[in-house]
Amino acid sequence: MAGTAAGTTTAGDAGAAYGGGGGAPAGPARAALLAAVRGFAVALTALPASVVLLVCTLVSVALIPLGVGVLTTPSVLALVRAHARARRALAARWAGVRIPEAYRPPPADARGGLVGRAERCAHLLKDPATWRDVLWLLTDPSAGFLTALAPALVLAYGVEGLVLAAGLWRAFDGGADPYWYAFVPVDGLGTGMAAGGLGLVLLAVGLRFGPVLLRGHFTLTKALLGRPPEAELHERIDRLTETRHDAVDASATELRRIERDLHDGAQARLVAMGMDLGTIEALVEKDPARAKALLAKAREDSAAALAELRDLVRGIHPPVLAERGLGDAVRALALRLPLPAEVTVDLPGRVEPPVESAAYFAVSEVLTNVVKHARADRVWIDVRYTGVMLSVTVTDDGIGGAGAGAAGGGSGLGGVERRLGAFDGVLAVSSPVGGPTVVTMEIPCVSS
Amino acid sequence: MRVVLAEDLFLLRDGLVRLLEAYGCEMLAAVATGPELSRALAELEPDVAVVDVRLPPSHTDEGLQCALAARRARPGLPVLVLSQHVERLYARELLADGDGGVGYLLKDRVFDADRFVDAVRRVAAGGTAMDPQVISQLLDRGRARDEPLGRLTPRELEVLELMAQGRSNTAIAAQLLVTERAVAKHTSNIFAKLDLKVSDDDNRRVLAVLAYLDRT
Repeated sequence: MAGTAAGTTTAGDAGAAYGGGGGAPAGPARAALLAAVRGFAVALTALPASVVLLVCTLVSVALIPLGVGVLTTPSVLALVRAHARARRALAARWAGVRIPEAYRPPPADARGGLVGRAERCAHLLKDPATWRDVLWLLTDPSAGFLTALAPALVLAYGVEGLVLAAGLWRAFDGGADPYWYAFVPVDGLGTGMAAGGLGLVLLAVGLRFGPVLLRGHFTLTKALLGRPPEAELHERIDRLTETRHDAVDASATELRRIERDLHDGAQARLVAMGMDLGTIEALVEKDPARAKALLAKAREDSAAALAELRDLVRGIHPPVLAERGLGDAVRALALRLPLPAEVTVDLPGRVEPPVESAAYFAVSEVLTNVVKHARADRVWIDVRYTGVMLSVTVTDDGIGGAGAGAAGGGSGLGGVERRLGAFDGVLAVSSPVGGPTVVTMEIPCVSS
Repeated sequence: MRVVLAEDLFLLRDGLVRLLEAYGCEMLAAVATGPELSRALAELEPDVAVVDVRLPPSHTDEGLQCALAARRARPGLPVLVLSQHVERLYARELLADGDGGVGYLLKDRVFDADRFVDAVRRVAAGGTAMDPQVISQLLDRGRARDEPLGRLTPRELEVLELMAQGRSNTAIAAQLLVTERAVAKHTSNIFAKLDLKVSDDDNRRVLAVLAYLDRT
């Protein structure tokens, strides 16, 4: 097994893991060599690609006043972004450095033709992320190039020191000008050996810290390509404004609905009951038979009022949720479904009440969707708490194809997303045509 | 019939005490909290406990939990649970020990005093009283999914519904305006179609039907 792992190019991590487990020092060394090769490859492509793209971008932008630039700039910038995206992918894969993209989404009502192209061009040029890309293109062939090459350079320089010690020093023996190896002037056996010692040190450093050096390159890339902190704050503020607006909107709608339900339902029934009781009082001696009939009607009204209030309460805050918490409330919900449902719950205690309630209604909405649209035979609900996050997964074996709504809003899933948004929760839908559909909801929270 | 009552709302507790006393029940205790209920059930040995699901101090399902704990300590202790809402989940937990002597009703059922007290008596005698809402939930689900249930005639479904609520053949006959013989015939048809073992014991029969309905 170790043999196969060592040979492949993707075995950096596997090799390191093996080295740790097997006790051989080959692991770190292999990782260092791999880092050197990878860095070399990045440097080799970074230099020409970044230079060419930088020149193209500058020329294209310079040509905008002439009109030609308007046509070429979007295409050039698309290439720049692809180039940056490739580097982001490498950063994540090779060094575990995640560099988030911060491009503004393209305008939703994009037009075609020349006008559309001009609009796109303007949109791109107004995006600060575009200019950060350009800045990165500017530094990538210099600082980026050097840092990418560093793991290979250190190793190569170390090897050169050893070669000097092994005998190359003879070439400079007694010459007028010494050969400078780093800060060692090589001009004889002694200084040759010193160069060898320094080379050994460099080699050891290179072998030990190769991957760290490569990560240095990607960290530099992140500093240039990643989101500046204030952009993250801006985005957070935008998101909070939006979710707060949604939350306020939703609760106002909810209150209006409750008011209307009470007004048209229980309240009206109580009025009718009061009137009937008044009539009964007047009739009880004159016409006991009619009074009795009215009494029966008053009792029916009170039962109906109770039933309406019960439904209303269930819509505001289901009693099972108050009495038992999320796990059992979801179980009770599953028992009301017209299809078999399997519920697994792993919660250490109760989560915060508002989160509990939001999660319950989100699950309820998702299950309603399953019943209405999925044509499923079975549904699985998984509720768990991971220490920082309440996570609920609803899986069904239906026809799939849900989820367009999650992105576009409007459908039930869009509503769920907004509901969770107020708690910084997220909704993810995987629903290939033909099924199965998996809806995952996550809400950060603390459990008691 | 000696009754322990647990209900936290004063008006309702007071009303229930008067109602039960009017029907000749002896009220051993009428308490308002979970701990008081546990103590009363342990010390007083009532014939039946009438318990609200939600009780202070926690205002969760404390009443239900006290009742279930008391039944574990004294298997078969008759318990009638009242609630503002009915959940299949709770019904299932009450029925889980298979001992019978349990009831689970909406508070609204108190409006019909005759029928309510009948349910209390039935539970005290080791029978069952399930709220019509629980049973209709079970039947709605069952009919969509369970093939044998689909083979029942509408009349047999009616009989099954009342039987599952815990009503006796006599009561079912009275409600459906048929003879007891006719009800007995429907009952044996139902048991044959659902492939259930026939039992002479009314309580066993109800529990078997409930267990059957709850599997879907």
